[in-house]
Amino acid sequence: MTAITSALRVPGRVLAAPTVGPFLALLLAMAFFSIRSENFLEGQNLSLVLQQVMVVGVLAIGQTFVILTAGIDLSCGTVMAFGQIVMTKLAVVNGIDPLLAIGLGILACVGFGLLNGGLVTGVKLPAFIVTLGTLNIAFALTHVYSNDETYSDLPSELLFFGKTFTIGNTDFTYGVVLMFVLFGIAWYALTQTAWGRHVYAVGDNLEAARLMGIKVNRVLLSVYVLAGLTYGIAAMLLVARTELGDPNAGQTTENLDAITAVVLGGTSLFGGRGSVIGTLIGAVVVGVFRNGLTLIGVEVVWQYFVTGILVILAVSVDQLTHRRRA
Amino acid sequence: MSQPEPILEARGLVKHFGHVVALDGADFELYPGEIVAIIGDNGAGKSTLIKSLSGALQPDDGEIRLDGERVRFRSPGDARRAGIETVYQDLAVAPSLDIASNIFLGREARWRGPLGLALRLLDKRRMRREAAQHFAELQIGVQSIAQPVEDLSGGQRQGVAVARAAKWARRLAIMDEPTAALGVRETRQVLDLIQRVRERGLPVIIISHDMPHVFELADRILIMRLGKRVAVVTPQTHTMPEAVAIMTGATKSELEQALTKEAPPE
Repeated sequence: MTAITSALRVPGRVLAAPTVGPFLALLLAMAFFSIRSENFLEGQNLSLVLQQVMVVGVLAIGQTFVILTAGIDLSCGTVMAFGQIVMTKLAVVNGIDPLLAIGLGILACVGFGLLNGGLVTGVKLPAFIVTLGTLNIAFALTHVYSNDETYSDLPSELLFFGKTFTIGNTDFTYGVVLMFVLFGIAWYALTQTAWGRHVYAVGDNLEAARLMGIKVNRVLLSVYVLAGLTYGIAAMLLVARTELGDPNAGQTTENLDAITAVVLGGTSLFGGRGSVIGTLIGAVVVGVFRNGLTLIGVEVVWQYFVTGILVILAVSVDQLTHRRRA
Repeated sequence: MSQPEPILEARGLVKHFGHVVALDGADFELYPGEIVAIIGDNGAGKSTLIKSLSGALQPDDGEIRLDGERVRFRSPGDARRAGIETVYQDLAVAPSLDIASNIFLGREARWRGPLGLALRLLDKRRMRREAAQHFAELQIGVQSIAQPVEDLSGGQRQGVAVARAAKWARRLAIMDEPTAALGVRETRQVLDLIQRVRERGLPVIIISHDMPHVFELADRILIMRLGKRVAVVTPQTHTMPEAVAIMTGATKSELEQALTKEAPPE
């Protein structure tokens, strides 16, 4: 009885525990790079890291939703690329109102989310296969729709989230602020609402969730659609950051980095475990490595090498803890 | 006999799967406050019967009455809304969520007022408090109600499932082989818990293969054979070998033989 009453005071360890590992990894990485490069810890550089993290971070929010349901979304990068081309071509070539163009670009990404979710829930296909398919479809559409052209001279509305404001002597972009706001919203939705509980339950034990009366298909569909929405917002941020509509953007680095961020953040590929705060830390870890390795003069190919090792490490930890639980 | 009205009643249930007749005019009654066990050999139709009662299957013919009123469950959700909860053998819980979240899974309590309506904010404190109170009433010992279910033993996990059914079942609870996946000691815990659930006045239907448990728990035992209810016995009127004989369709002389064989030498 006392155990039960004392339990009421135990804070939510679900939130606390899984983010400890990623956070330590982040501290270690930052310690390493600040020893190796005196520029690393400067405000301007850290702000740059956040700007580099912004696009991958927002992509990784949607990816977290999907992976929590024991799915995976391989299409996130190319869907974002497609959304980015839709926005920029409509605004630059077709002269559509830039805000409407942004909206339509985001809608295109939501459409892909609907397609992914519809195939996963309706046709009962594995997420891996579905999104491998839509990865290629979005890739092809991006190149067809853009005729392999790059769009520049974008209207200022498209660049808003790349603009900076200054605190102290450090510049921050509005896009970075938006990223933090989105992480906050995602955290709230996952931890403070019934929808979030259902996302975890579906990934944890689909059959149990169904038996408990949770409409699992509706939850899964909502997850893929919301993921599409975050890819659309990421597309908007990418355009603002690069000031381009580039058909070759987002296809390898961002795609893999988003999944890497989620896994590094401690979210289990087996579903049902993890947190979006972990993902934020994971995204920053990826950003710190890319930035730090550049600062200490390591060639870009080796950044891929290191990211690859990081992913395998994180997945191994996931696998080992999963086996211990089973 | 002046029986009270049955809570749940089924008449002449028929269910075909292709050419296979799973239920061939099966009857069923559950009275207030009792535990009814359903036994039968594999293929006797007990699973089909229970699934028809819990809404997982729709019978081809026959009728089901809940508190005297004709009902037609198109899904487990229909049955649940009518106050019938089911516990499954394969530990239908979400292991990574805590106990309170599992108890309230699919029925989460939100804050009253604008926080709950507009922001859909969960009232975690209320859910934990209610779950803890419920566990205390059912005398289920756990370290903490905020503990993830994966930290519990198999018996405790099934205890969570039984407690959840007991919390939400307004009319009755169906337990489909609730101890099949458990060890001896854990089975004991769950059986005791089912007793306590019944003592609180909730009628229970239980399917089990384990004769000693059936005879220990059940007030009445319904024996299924070839898609029909062939007998209703009680632990007082029949012995285990007799029940098994009815279940397997042994003739009377075979039954007597079996009984004499099993009688201890004097």
